[in-house]
Amino acid sequence: MSIKGKAYIAGIFEHPTRHAPDKSVAQLHAEVALGALADAGLTRDDIDGFFCAGDAPGPGPASMAEYLNLPKLRHVDSTELGGSSYVALAAHAAEAIALGKCNVALITLAGRPRSEGVATGTTPRLRDPNQPEAAFEFPYGLTTANGYALAAMRHMYQYGTTSEQLAWIKVAASHHAQHNPRAMLPDVVTVADVVNSPVIADPLHRLDCCVISDGGGALIVVKPEIARSLKKPPVKIIGAGETVKHLSAGTFDLTTSGAARSGPAAFAEAGVKPADIKYASIYDSFTITVLIQIEDLGFCEKGAGGKFVADGNLISGVGKLPFNTDGGGLCNNHPANRGGMTKVIEAVRQLRGEAHPAVQVKDCALALAQGTGMQLGTRHCSATLIMERE
Amino acid sequence: MADTRKIPAPIVTVETQAFWNAARDRRFVVPTCAACGKAHWYPRAVCPFCGSDKIEWRAASGRGRIYSYSVMRRAKEPYAIAYVTLAEGPAMLTNIVECDFDALRVGQDVRVVFHDTEDGPPVPMFKLA
Repeated sequence: MSIKGKAYIAGIFEHPTRHAPDKSVAQLHAEVALGALADAGLTRDDIDGFFCAGDAPGPGPASMAEYLNLPKLRHVDSTELGGSSYVALAAHAAEAIALGKCNVALITLAGRPRSEGVATGTTPRLRDPNQPEAAFEFPYGLTTANGYALAAMRHMYQYGTTSEQLAWIKVAASHHAQHNPRAMLPDVVTVADVVNSPVIADPLHRLDCCVISDGGGALIVVKPEIARSLKKPPVKIIGAGETVKHLSAGTFDLTTSGAARSGPAAFAEAGVKPADIKYASIYDSFTITVLIQIEDLGFCEKGAGGKFVADGNLISGVGKLPFNTDGGGLCNNHPANRGGMTKVIEAVRQLRGEAHPAVQVKDCALALAQGTGMQLGTRHCSATLIMERE
Repeated sequence: MADTRKIPAPIVTVETQAFWNAARDRRFVVPTCAACGKAHWYPRAVCPFCGSDKIEWRAASGRGRIYSYSVMRRAKEPYAIAYVTLAEGPAMLTNIVECDFDALRVGQDVRVVFHDTEDGPPVPMFKLA
């Protein structure tokens, strides 16, 4: 059994805020839920499936289901895959719809790390003392930033990747962000700007890192009959994959991500090849995240990512693989420190023809959204979603 | 270079008590499965390769090679985090200490040193061999 063609993304909403000290997290979840319902042309009473992840306040889906006062729930899923959760949850919603467990699925994300002053990237945090690896990582000062830096340093050693090549990923994102009035970093930057910005964790510079923002987003996924009755152009889910990539008891290769497993699974289900993809949303917590996933998804050979991303190859209208045309996490926003939701949203905009005209990909019929959650350099979740314009 | 960083104590559990007991004696042991013969990291009571619970805490050579590293220069007290591939096989997260951060390279040989923690057993770190 496959999810191909069994469900459609009918509603999307990206919260306009980037800084929300005046709103609660639950309130942001509610605002994005209502926004996505309005986009789809549906109402709260239509929702019979609710999907959320670790950013939802309270345990699992319970608190937000009550806050939203969802009256007809018959399917829930709070699978936590970090920032990749929402890419995977879109596929989980399609699975549930394919099995008849629900007809209209709501997926929400929201958070306010910027208002709460979370030292996201550079301070070691002990999340859960029962995590079995905690004693063997926390004393050494593992942070989000250096966890990704360890992968970048190894990729440079193994394949000759350079800081300048990584910088091109930020440059491309900034070319897109200049057209997004809500982007936190709307100015076009150069390779020199990136490599001359302060080093955060060798070899990653400040401009290799994503922004920290408040905000959120939501999706409505529905069964085909409902999608065809709505006004917005239907976007069909045709393939998905997910996995956890970890340290394999000490026998790991840090230059490969979970996309090497979730990507091929999604392509196989969709029956398409990387070369068929017109637009790709690629999770961009750091520049290295993008480079490794692009290789693992098969857009280029392993180790050739540095050459592939250079010279504007990711810029819409210029390069072969237009990516993150909203400016992505690197320039636009990274709500709740989780970028998977906005990856799906921008892919849907591209398929609908609703992206900014300056970055809209011509005849965009097939798009991919790729999420990586948690940490590239230790253990992470990966989710790949392939969508098609009807 | 002297390393005066304060290292938080590792959380000692019933599962890893033997490892930390050895560490208190400045002995570096690597969990190795008596059934399949493979060493693993991080330490666990169940072999991640074959599922056996016959885990032995074998004395390790203390030798390894830098697999990757990152220097946190902007930290209050800069430090180098690294993966070191042990001579026994698995790679482990650690710090490279007593070194010139600018001279660190992937592929350098290192050897284990124990570093005191705030109020727990010392943790294994490495310096250039």
